[in-house]
Amino acid sequence: MSSWLKSLISGIVIIAFLYIINAMMTKGGFFGLGVDDYTARLLVFIAINVILATSLNLINGFTGQFSIGHAGFMAVGAYSSAYFTVNHGKQLESTFSFLGETGASSVVLLVAILIGALVAAIAGLIVGIPSLRLKGDYLAIVTLGFAEIIRIVILNIDAVGGATGYQVPGYANFLWVGFFAVITVVVVHNIVKSDTGRALVSIREDELAAEAMGVHTTRYKVISFVISSAFAGIAGVLFAHYNKFLSTNDFQFIKSFEVIIMIVLGGMGSMTGAIVGAIVVTLLPELLRNLPDIQMGATVFKFADLRLVIFALILILTMILRPQGIFGTNEFGLSWLKRPRSKDEGTSAVGADAGAPIAEQKEAKRMQSEDED
Amino acid sequence: MDTFVQQLINGLTIGSIYALIALGYTMVYGILRLINFAHGDVYMVGAYAGFMLATYLGFAANPSIFGFIVVLFGSMAIAALIGMAIERFAYRPVRKFSRMTTLITAIGMSLFIEYLFVFIFSGTPRSFPSLLPNDNFTLFGNATISTSQLLIFVISILLMIGLQWIIFKTKIGKAMRAVSFNLNSAKLMGVNTDFIIAFTFALGSALAAAGGVLTAQYNPKIEPLMGIITGLKAFVAAVLGGIGNIPGAVLGGLLIGAAETLVVGYGSYIGIPSTYRDAVAFAILILVLLIRPAGLLGSNVQEKV
Repeated sequence: MSSWLKSLISGIVIIAFLYIINAMMTKGGFFGLGVDDYTARLLVFIAINVILATSLNLINGFTGQFSIGHAGFMAVGAYSSAYFTVNHGKQLESTFSFLGETGASSVVLLVAILIGALVAAIAGLIVGIPSLRLKGDYLAIVTLGFAEIIRIVILNIDAVGGATGYQVPGYANFLWVGFFAVITVVVVHNIVKSDTGRALVSIREDELAAEAMGVHTTRYKVISFVISSAFAGIAGVLFAHYNKFLSTNDFQFIKSFEVIIMIVLGGMGSMTGAIVGAIVVTLLPELLRNLPDIQMGATVFKFADLRLVIFALILILTMILRPQGIFGTNEFGLSWLKRPRSKDEGTSAVGADAGAPIAEQKEAKRMQSEDED
Repeated sequence: MDTFVQQLINGLTIGSIYALIALGYTMVYGILRLINFAHGDVYMVGAYAGFMLATYLGFAANPSIFGFIVVLFGSMAIAALIGMAIERFAYRPVRKFSRMTTLITAIGMSLFIEYLFVFIFSGTPRSFPSLLPNDNFTLFGNATISTSQLLIFVISILLMIGLQWIIFKTKIGKAMRAVSFNLNSAKLMGVNTDFIIAFTFALGSALAAAGGVLTAQYNPKIEPLMGIITGLKAFVAAVLGGIGNIPGAVLGGLLIGAAETLVVGYGSYIGIPSTYRDAVAFAILILVLLIRPAGLLGSNVQEKV
């Protein structure tokens, strides 16, 4: 099967799949198989978190640059696009009214996404160029600082509601959110598999060695940071136009931490890991809501009230018991279904490290380098 | 001029608190290269421990200097134990893993403490009892300084002198310096590194708890999430001064405290509204780090190839 046909078929399958889920978003939808509003909302948030986690994984997991300011770029995307749709959305919609109601609102959303991604990318560029000179914890704290500054600046702009919040028209639905989640995964996957991706991974593994081999490290770090920010912006646009209300409280640094938790829990530098992490971190606190109450003498323990405590405990225990995250740097996929290819000659490693999983080697190396300093 | 002095006094008061908390961040970072995100929450725990002690030992009803001292040292002791427990049960098992893992553990610990306290004490703020009579003393002109502010200055200076003494004049301090210089070599030389690390956590946590009780005397509203933003600013103060550097943490704390109140007081003259208060710390940090990546007093370490 030629590759374009393969892509075409998988594209159609994915869109059909998303379309069906989108149809299920209302209780009576899709031949009565629909889900209630609460579940629908959760599904949308999972998809938004997949975008955030996958894009953050590009800079944190694959490039190895520790950024904890993702919520800031999400906020930039959300607010800039919301400002556009609130002020020009109706106008644009009437211009494109010949496309029908759905068509016109799709155009508005697409333009909003373009604006959000572009503004977030510019913000990423402005933040990235100076701060990516720093390394490790310093980079982390500077990105965190920039994200907080962005949030406080937005809080002080009255044109986007300031402290009272911002009403946004609801153009996004699951179809769009899911579609962009797929796009994000595909784009990030392709970047990682490309020459650029190799350069990024080489920076993660050893920045000095990468530079010595002729990789323009600063350039690649900034590229990866800007792409990551742009996708965070897209997540923000979708969040804004699905939630229909923006408050700067949604973009506090705890949101950035949440995204970090997703990728670390799933396994840094694993595409599927980030997706699974996004699903787990979105669902777990919600599932813990259903914990039963336990009567002990006169007092009733409401375990549901402890859900965030339990969530934190699960997080700590995962880190203690499985520090590389659920997947490590491995991927989970359907490749095991394929029949095994004949082994190319010379690919089997000769040497002391034969048979050792790559993740462990890396861990050992990192510990070694940490011991040195 | 009077208002300027007043603003400066208020700023340095807050700055002293930041400095006390920053010391804990900087000591732990110096030894483990770990950003202990739960440290801000230990500050909150200290305030709550003080609150419980004051309420249940009856000092809230009849304030006295003795009561204040008992509450202060009591909450410092409780926080020290909690700090050691955090290290023992959360950080020690992940110490050998990558930085990211330890960082997530720290974030998890922070969330754990915060929401455990929300669960126990509910999210509504409590009012911390005033343990000492609060008077205002007039300084030059119209600037005043209250008892609680004076207390913050005096006690934080005493604690910092005490810390300096522990680190530079005692055997355990020598061991701490050795561990922060190189953990493995220190271990080879017979330093009980596990104990030293636990001791460092105890020391840092006690200082944060002192900060918690002192803040509560100055601003009696305490709540389970009060440690987040204060802790973050204290951390920024530690990085600003040069993380791992003890005088740097104090300098950073005082600078950020002063800058913050000055922006609230005078920012409107240069077009910065007072709502930017929380952004000031970060803005200063970013500027300093871009010019001096190791912080104000930090030494620049060249990477070895």
